[in-house]
Amino acid sequence: MANDKKQLVIAVTGLNATDNPGSGLGVIRALRDAFADLRIIGLSYESLEPGIYMHDLVDKTYQLPYPTAGSAALTERLLFIHEVEGIQVIIPNFDSELYNFIKIVPWLKAAGIRTFLPTMEQLDCRDKLNLYKFGQKNGLKVPEDRIVYKADEITKAVADLGFPMVVKGKYYDASVEQTLEQAQKAFYKLSARWGLPVIAQRFIKGTEINIAGLGDGSGGIISMVPMRKLYITEKGKAWAGITIEDEDLLTLANDFVKATKWQGAFELEVMREGSGALFIMEINPRFPAWIYLAAGAGQNQPAALVQMAMGESIKPFAGYNVGKMFIRYSWDHLVDIAEFQQISGFGEL
Amino acid sequence: MHIKRNVATSENGFIFNPLTGDSFSGNFMASELLMMMKQGETAEVIKAHILYKYDVLPEQFDRDWDDWLLQLKEANLLD
Repeated sequence: MANDKKQLVIAVTGLNATDNPGSGLGVIRALRDAFADLRIIGLSYESLEPGIYMHDLVDKTYQLPYPTAGSAALTERLLFIHEVEGIQVIIPNFDSELYNFIKIVPWLKAAGIRTFLPTMEQLDCRDKLNLYKFGQKNGLKVPEDRIVYKADEITKAVADLGFPMVVKGKYYDASVEQTLEQAQKAFYKLSARWGLPVIAQRFIKGTEINIAGLGDGSGGIISMVPMRKLYITEKGKAWAGITIEDEDLLTLANDFVKATKWQGAFELEVMREGSGALFIMEINPRFPAWIYLAAGAGQNQPAALVQMAMGESIKPFAGYNVGKMFIRYSWDHLVDIAEFQQISGFGEL
Repeated sequence: MHIKRNVATSENGFIFNPLTGDSFSGNFMASELLMMMKQGETAEVIKAHILYKYDVLPEQFDRDWDDWLLQLKEANLLD
């Protein structure tokens, strides 16, 4: 193994700091703020993930097989990387890879690689297809939806939910539609791209707020930081945001963690109606891309997650800086072709 | 007529509502009115102060005052 035992070696995915960013770089920045002697192993899927080439943040990157290759392929690749690097903790940051990572948690543990991930049951309960039922069961407001498998079922969904109506893909993408024709077109587009079913959801008008949180796995919440989106991209991503202070949001995050006994990182995507009612729009089972704001506001969730993964007992954070902002920016990072060739050809850089 | 407890204001008229994340830029008059409201002055005291300090008719100021309160209410800044 390349590392000496004092150095903390953490592997992180989500190096895609693009217009639809993964959270890897935010996680790494937070970890670098907290741990002095740290080696970051980047885990990538595509050769053009910017984080691969940001050597001040990522010490070494290895490509992983796509999640569709399955958990056996992931295990084989991680075994190779672990033999070289001696990974102590892995932090996966993509929804789509979590199923495989959770599946191999026993193997990771046996190999000496720590994680702090939700269980498979926890992962399933907040799935888009199950979210409305989850909300009903636990007394949390979630917009009413219809799971649509056939185009003609859209008509029924429209009759039940009315316009405007949100049409969502199984994994990603969503659009707000105003007519039956638009809704049917969205159904075909989303089902062709992401498969069936498609979710038709009642439209909620309001202010978009996200909460980054960390559950201890026993029903306790270690950290929660709410952020109001100030600038939203065409893809619906926050390009600027600000921490806010609202007891109702903190109560909501607490209720979610109590109901699920959530273990690890999560993000609640919330819509606050004009009446003040809070609707959970989505629950992401990982850190959000803006997680460095939480660290900057005084709650370093990635560092706390690593400590819990290492078996340390962590006290819940008390308070955070309200009014702390983030403003994302784009940056032309120059890279030599030799580096691109190295990661493309050999799967590591 | 009370400004919400947590609302932050600065001398140059910048207003931040930490409950919602909203921020507003006001002019010097907004700044002066906000400062007095945050100090807990009553509407009568504020009106008397403005009428003494500035060349404005009482009827005109009454209309402006009502409009001011409406704007604060719409901005969710009043208790």
